[in-house]
Amino acid sequence: MDLSAINPVLLIASLMVAATPLLLAAIGELVVERAGVLNLGVEGMMIVGAISGFAIAVETGSPWLGFLGAAVGGALLSLLFVILTQVALANQVASGLSLTLFGLGLSSLMGQRYVGVKPPQMPDIHIPGLSDLPVLGPILFSHDLMLYLGVGIIAAVWAVLKYTRAGLILRAVGENHDAAHALGYKVVRIRIAAILFGGACAGLGGAYISLIRVPQWTEGMTAGVGWIALALVVFASWKPWRVLLGAYLFGGVTVVQLNLQAAGVAIPVEYLAMSPYLVTILVLVILSADKSSAPASLGRIFHASH
Amino acid sequence: MSQTLLNLNGLTKAYPGVVANDDISFRIGVGEVHALLGENGAGKSTLVKMIYGLVKPDSGTMELRGAPYAPGEPRAARADGIAMVFQHFSLFDALNVAENIALGMENPPPMRDLAARIREVSETYGLPLDPFRTVGDLSAGERQRVEIIRCLLQDPKLLIMDEPTSVLTPQEVDILFETLRKLRDEGTAILYISHKLEEIRTLCDTATILRLGKVVGTCTPRETTARDMAEMMVGSTLQTPERAGRALGEVALDISGLSAPAPSAFGTALKNVHLAVQQGEIVGIGGVAGNGQEELLAVLSGEVLTEAGAVKLMGQPIGRLGPTARRALGLLTAPEERLGHAAAPDMSLTENALLTGAVREKLAHNGFLRWGATREFAERIIAEFDVRTPGPETAARALSGGNLQKFVIGREVLQTPQVLVVNQPTWGVDAAAAAAIRQALLDLAAGGTAVVCISQDLDELMEIADRFAALNEGRLSTPRPTAGLTVEEIGLMMGGAHGMEVAHV
Repeated sequence: MDLSAINPVLLIASLMVAATPLLLAAIGELVVERAGVLNLGVEGMMIVGAISGFAIAVETGSPWLGFLGAAVGGALLSLLFVILTQVALANQVASGLSLTLFGLGLSSLMGQRYVGVKPPQMPDIHIPGLSDLPVLGPILFSHDLMLYLGVGIIAAVWAVLKYTRAGLILRAVGENHDAAHALGYKVVRIRIAAILFGGACAGLGGAYISLIRVPQWTEGMTAGVGWIALALVVFASWKPWRVLLGAYLFGGVTVVQLNLQAAGVAIPVEYLAMSPYLVTILVLVILSADKSSAPASLGRIFHASH
Repeated sequence: MSQTLLNLNGLTKAYPGVVANDDISFRIGVGEVHALLGENGAGKSTLVKMIYGLVKPDSGTMELRGAPYAPGEPRAARADGIAMVFQHFSLFDALNVAENIALGMENPPPMRDLAARIREVSETYGLPLDPFRTVGDLSAGERQRVEIIRCLLQDPKLLIMDEPTSVLTPQEVDILFETLRKLRDEGTAILYISHKLEEIRTLCDTATILRLGKVVGTCTPRETTARDMAEMMVGSTLQTPERAGRALGEVALDISGLSAPAPSAFGTALKNVHLAVQQGEIVGIGGVAGNGQEELLAVLSGEVLTEAGAVKLMGQPIGRLGPTARRALGLLTAPEERLGHAAAPDMSLTENALLTGAVREKLAHNGFLRWGATREFAERIIAEFDVRTPGPETAARALSGGNLQKFVIGREVLQTPQVLVVNQPTWGVDAAAAAAIRQALLDLAAGGTAVVCISQDLDELMEIADRFAALNEGRLSTPRPTAGLTVEEIGLMMGGAHGMEVAHV
């Protein structure tokens, strides 16, 4: 066993990459849940985003168009959830689960021609001076633009929820949809917008896996990240910055355990493989002990019965 | 007569199976306090929802200051100077006061300016409020202040108030009325919905009375007796419950030093409650909603367990026993929430009768249900309490609120309890049914049952209770005989004015 082979700078840089898919999916779901909707279809929307983005990037040769396609693909799948839960007033748990199963199947079908294909690369940024700094350069200034976009979305969601009227209305709808309706807010319309945003974010997260993190297409390649994203939102007490923290923690332990496996540490691989899940849940459970207030209308069906 | 502000002309709104409003016409003048009076289900709510733009009328027109008025949504109504204080469903527990108020405004100023304006208006009208407190932590009276201030900040021409006093102490009611009179003097018209007749007589200039969706009369409340108005509302003469002299027996229910933590973040903890109720006695427990009423019922029913000795039934400690064991011993309870707590909404009346009657009425034998006996029990409740329903196989949800209330109270009364605890026994029940329920409680006490009646209707408690105590922030005041108790004394027992003061304008 040789721990000296692990380079801490590269480790931190790569944990940020490992965390980004989770972060994107979770921040989308956070917005959906703050609007009072529980969409368990994150995994399905991610994998559909992964293959849509991959296919479009391969066909057009542009990773940017690929990410755009992934967002559209995720949002389109979430439109199915919209029809089920906001129009037909179906149960949200059942609809979300079926969305995941449908998404997994659909993505296998869409991806048959793309197994083993190499997607176009997305270059890492290089800022002369900053990117060449020792330690800080590789950690902060040498990633692909999508990673920065992910952190930017977190900051934007936080600011919108906290400081803007749109954010206040979104929270109000999630808190008490009857009261919001009585005040004249369009509950269903606001929720549809939130669900589509969540779908687009999940799609981006999926495409980040297939276009940057791996990068190739294999069936079921999201491997449960969508489910972790769902848990992350709850344990983060529906707070955007805690989502970032939880995602980086999860990414960090994932990267560390991969490095430890590579270094041949004498712990069974299964324990190492489960460690990111355990550590993330443990830390976030401790964090969520303070005022973990779920949106009060979460998962309840809204019907304007008058 | 003053200048007309709002004129309603033949408003009609029908829902499947029921005409909620049938050809309603009346006018509201500028600076007039207009009462809208009627039983539950008379169509008051539908009418104000049409004025506020939440519901569109099927036919009929409205005119505001002479111009046609047809708000498509509440936003349009607010823009035209119409504001509404809701009875339920309009505050967000997890948001703070300022955020709640901002949500009800068209173009709210930035938070800091808004907070300053809230402080200013709340002090002017004697309704002190901290803009940054979370609404879920506020008392019912304070929550109502939030609603009122939300309306006042928009400088309304017409303020609609839907049963605003149901959650206030008498002192708070006085202060609210002062505020409303100030507003009226400033030229704001008020449409005041209530079924509390004495309040309407003190406050309102004109009253329109609705029954079954139709206008059945108008009157000047100051010149009409409460009894006449009540009979217009109900459409028949009222029976006042009769109270027979009763001999009190030994102490049946003895609560001593009872404390229980709050069951949820927005609940109330019970603090050192003492109460002894004798056989044949009715003790009335008043108090503003949310001061521990539900929690008190829960510790007595056995849903929340306490120290064994804190609750004693006929001298036997029962604090550690669950609901079924307590029922077997003769302590029965009827909670406030009819659908979902007192009755299972989707189950039939027969099944609901079984749920609480199984033990005392012996409706189960060796784990098997005796459906025949259960149906008879349900039919007995329906017959004796005049429950209007097609039959015992009807789902509880299908009954109107008043009928279901008669059923759930009757179900407990017919099991001849040793001790009966009821919470809000006549809430949302029409006057005739309420009188019947009160009579049943009085008859039960006359038969030697100890009755604890928790209610927010002080008139009801004064009518039936022998002694009165008030819950205030989870503490129970010392019970006092109701005979000779004045409204001021009751108000002080309920915690006085909760920090409100008279308006300074």
